[in-house]
Amino acid sequence: MRYAGAGVAGIGLLGAASSCHKDHNVTPSGATIDVGSGDPGILNYAYALEQLEAAFYTQVIATPYSGMASVELSLLTDIRDHEVAHREFFKAALSTNAIQALTPDFSKIDFTNRTAVLTAAKTFEDLGVTAYDGVGYLIQTPAYLVIAGSIVSVEARHAALIGNLITFGNFASSDQVDATTGLNATNNPSVVLAAANTYLKTKVSAKSFS
Amino acid sequence: MNLFSIIEEIEKVDPEFNDRISPRRDVIKNMSSFGSKVALAAIPFALGDLFKKAYGQAASSSVISVLNFALTLELLEATFYNTGMQASGLVTDTAYIAQIQADENDHVKFLTSAITAAGGTPVTTASFAYLDFTGGGNGTAATNNGPFATVFSNYQTFLAVAETFEDTGVRAYKGQAGNLLGNQTYLTAALAIHAVEARHASAIRYLRMSKYGATVLPWITSTASGSVDVSGAASNDTGVAAVNANYGGATPENTTVQGGVDITKLPSLEGSTTSVAVATAAFDEPLTMTEVLAILVPAFAQPK
Repeated sequence: MRYAGAGVAGIGLLGAASSCHKDHNVTPSGATIDVGSGDPGILNYAYALEQLEAAFYTQVIATPYSGMASVELSLLTDIRDHEVAHREFFKAALSTNAIQALTPDFSKIDFTNRTAVLTAAKTFEDLGVTAYDGVGYLIQTPAYLVIAGSIVSVEARHAALIGNLITFGNFASSDQVDATTGLNATNNPSVVLAAANTYLKTKVSAKSFS
Repeated sequence: MNLFSIIEEIEKVDPEFNDRISPRRDVIKNMSSFGSKVALAAIPFALGDLFKKAYGQAASSSVISVLNFALTLELLEATFYNTGMQASGLVTDTAYIAQIQADENDHVKFLTSAITAAGGTPVTTASFAYLDFTGGGNGTAATNNGPFATVFSNYQTFLAVAETFEDTGVRAYKGQAGNLLGNQTYLTAALAIHAVEARHASAIRYLRMSKYGATVLPWITSTASGSVDVSGAASNDTGVAAVNANYGGATPENTTVQGGVDITKLPSLEGSTTSVAVATAAFDEPLTMTEVLAILVPAFAQPK
């Protein structure tokens, strides 16, 4: 279904040209949605992850953990707003090629507890960085690589900030940044989605990229 | 190697890379996730061998140019942090800055190995006639009396310069990604370093805001949109006008249209649409190689 937002400017990257028109009737939760193939598949993969992050932070701000300092509220609200912007961007850009809205499952996360929330946030941000960097080489269209590049560094900024909120100085922890090369870890879609799907009722697959 | 010889027409990168490395595809796949302790230790050798076997002496000059550009930036950053950490009494958040210093030195080693293995000639500090982290280089020599004269005597100046160095490094890597399109080994490596530079940028900004009261956020936030801000004046959120250019360029940091989509028109939870602050902070923008070199040369560095 074509996105019908409040006057979205711009054609959107993929809307006009594609011959693939997905049926966007709602799929029951618990079913698996595949992101598709080629560049649209990559963008839908990113869209899926941004949906998850946006939903998570929306919940965090709606029900702030006990003792959330005002500076933390401000920073986490910013992150929420960035993830929502990313999600809405992909939705608009993908247009009729966008996968459906996903239903998250945050039942394992205690939103009243600071450690639980920040640990989950770090998981999502670190995962997002490894996800984008893990599929960058698969992107065929230069404009989409530019966009992925524009987003992944912001996710890395988020990841570093969350690491710092958990433990000051934990902005490039050795579980994410290799101690010998100084490179961030990268992950392929199978690994990323295995982790992401534990927080999704609607599971996501990326068959053409496994 | 003449630094400026790397400004050249960029050819399409090696189209046969995947075939070249196809017996090693599983090795790359396994190495791309650094979860295993065994993989961590083995990476420098394995990757070097992999580069050799993948490319032999036939790496495209455009890939090597991109890697040498990256190495140039890493050399500058590593030297900057090494010098700062050696300045007695300057850095007080020693463990925090030492992590960043270690990463930059690791990036230098990694890129040097990668270029060598690919058959190229890596730049070194000997490639520069001078370095001047005060921003006072005049083309002939360092004056060490530029706009950041107190960079190694005043910790807050050091941190402010570090912040912009990191932000600029992120933008520089981003500007080169397109030149590595489709290149599994080198694009992935460049993106992986780029992510760490973004972590550093966030970390310096957070240190400054949380401990030293600086009015910055972990992300670059502009509040003014309008016509393209090449000068960077509207995009620069550091409060230091001398670094406007680092936040400007053809795609300045206050860009609000991505891929033809105006981010400010999208719905948000802030209100009905998205603020310029959010739209600009949610996306970082590239700098071209030419734009980066214009910022660095001759003020901070001069190639021989």
